[in-house]
Amino acid sequence: MTTDYTKPLPIPGGSRGATTAEFTKPFWEATKRHELVMPRCKTHDGFFFYPRELCPVCLSSDLEWAKVTGRGRVHALTVVYQPNDPRFADDAPYVYAVIQLDEGARMISNVIGIPPHDVAVDMPVEAVFEDVSEEYTLVKFRPIEE
Amino acid sequence: MSMRGATAIVAFSEIPTRRTYPGRTMNGLLAEAAREAMADAQILKDDIDGLVVEGGDIYPTDVGEYMGLSPNFITGVSTMGASGGTAIGVAAMAVYSGLAKNVLVTIAAPREAGMPFGGPPNPGMRTEFENPYGPAVAANTGYALMYSRHMHEYGTTQEQLAHLAVNQRFNALENDNAVFRGQSITVQDVLDSRYINYPLRILESVMPCAGGGAAIVTSADRAKSFPNKPVYILGVGIASDPLTGWQRERLTQSAVTRSAPIALNMSGYGPKDIQFAEFYDCYTILEAVCLEDAGLVKKGEIGPFFAETDTTYKGTFPINTDGGQLSGGQAGDAGGFRHITEAVRQIMGRAGVRQVARNDLCMTNG
Repeated sequence: MTTDYTKPLPIPGGSRGATTAEFTKPFWEATKRHELVMPRCKTHDGFFFYPRELCPVCLSSDLEWAKVTGRGRVHALTVVYQPNDPRFADDAPYVYAVIQLDEGARMISNVIGIPPHDVAVDMPVEAVFEDVSEEYTLVKFRPIEE
Repeated sequence: MSMRGATAIVAFSEIPTRRTYPGRTMNGLLAEAAREAMADAQILKDDIDGLVVEGGDIYPTDVGEYMGLSPNFITGVSTMGASGGTAIGVAAMAVYSGLAKNVLVTIAAPREAGMPFGGPPNPGMRTEFENPYGPAVAANTGYALMYSRHMHEYGTTQEQLAHLAVNQRFNALENDNAVFRGQSITVQDVLDSRYINYPLRILESVMPCAGGGAAIVTSADRAKSFPNKPVYILGVGIASDPLTGWQRERLTQSAVTRSAPIALNMSGYGPKDIQFAEFYDCYTILEAVCLEDAGLVKKGEIGPFFAETDTTYKGTFPINTDGGQLSGGQAGDAGGFRHITEAVRQIMGRAGVRQVARNDLCMTNG
């Protein structure tokens, strides 16, 4: 457990201004268990991300959280030299990427455990979990064999 | 029913783009741009009966109040950098539908030194699922992700897109409305410039600036009585996509795939007829993608196109003839309006040293 973590922790909101919204809690409870879950729409039978109060595909409210494998591919990437938040300055350059999970949903994360410029689009990756505070565990990704 | 050619832009103004306008206010710049456009049209304030402004950061009625206008039609449009182009489209719709006769569009951005780009984040998706992973400054993140996909899918290279930046810098060299006036660059300069975030280098990214502009839209009939050559609005399309790039099914595709065909169908012209283009260019890659999506260049071939084509105002297909935002500077949400003012200036034949030879038909986007 890292107790002196100084970088931004997740600030839930759900939608603009709704700071008391709690519907993303299961996501962070799962990461604490080192599991990755995604919102799944039971109506059209598909995953989506980021979490919403209803499904962006069919507007259904019949949703559940379902465990996913944590495996996927780097869909797109950038190597950040000038972070928006100065608390990341010491980490730069680092990879900020769109991960396409095998189950279909996409999420934002970092690709770690590899020199930043060696990360390539389409590279297979798997989730790793970083316990950064009492409350939060972040999901990151590392390269795996094809 | 079509509003093809039913309306025209008859006047414009431009507040020169500068790094900052210390001490100036949003309303002050908006009113100044409006006054200069009215002077260009040789009409009085009382002749203006419609007002369209950017509407995400400001209240339209407050702008009207500041300059003593009580229009019959008023609204704000809030499509971020595309607000200028959207505002012209909405003004044309208002005139065409009879809600107003002479509609003023005015848009600006003051900027104090050291002012950050954009405001504080509202709690929501970004603060929960993006910010813990350290996005880059400004809007760079999404466009770099788009860039990496374009390189992967089409083999586009950073050297190819460096030509885009270099050609636009040439166009800005003698433009007093450009922050990089007189500072020429080479392809090697672009490739040697520092990364903000790979693949985007600083010379492929806009400089946050202050500035603004205004225009007056009226009916085609009334346009003939104005002193300037009317610039007829032949087609308009206003489409959108998810704001967040990675929420789009294809990161390398923009809403221009839908707005351009709507505008072209209305105009009766095809991409091959277009003589020059003034396109939104916060970053090289976005302009590149939009030119493809408009059908001006085949999808995936924008890299070779820029490597092989002279797109300066002297060239075979001029693009962003005033330097665009990349070499002119980006005046906040007013940044995209420079593409409108430059298109109008070129069609009116008022572009001076950078006047393009064929100036009848332009496509512009925000």
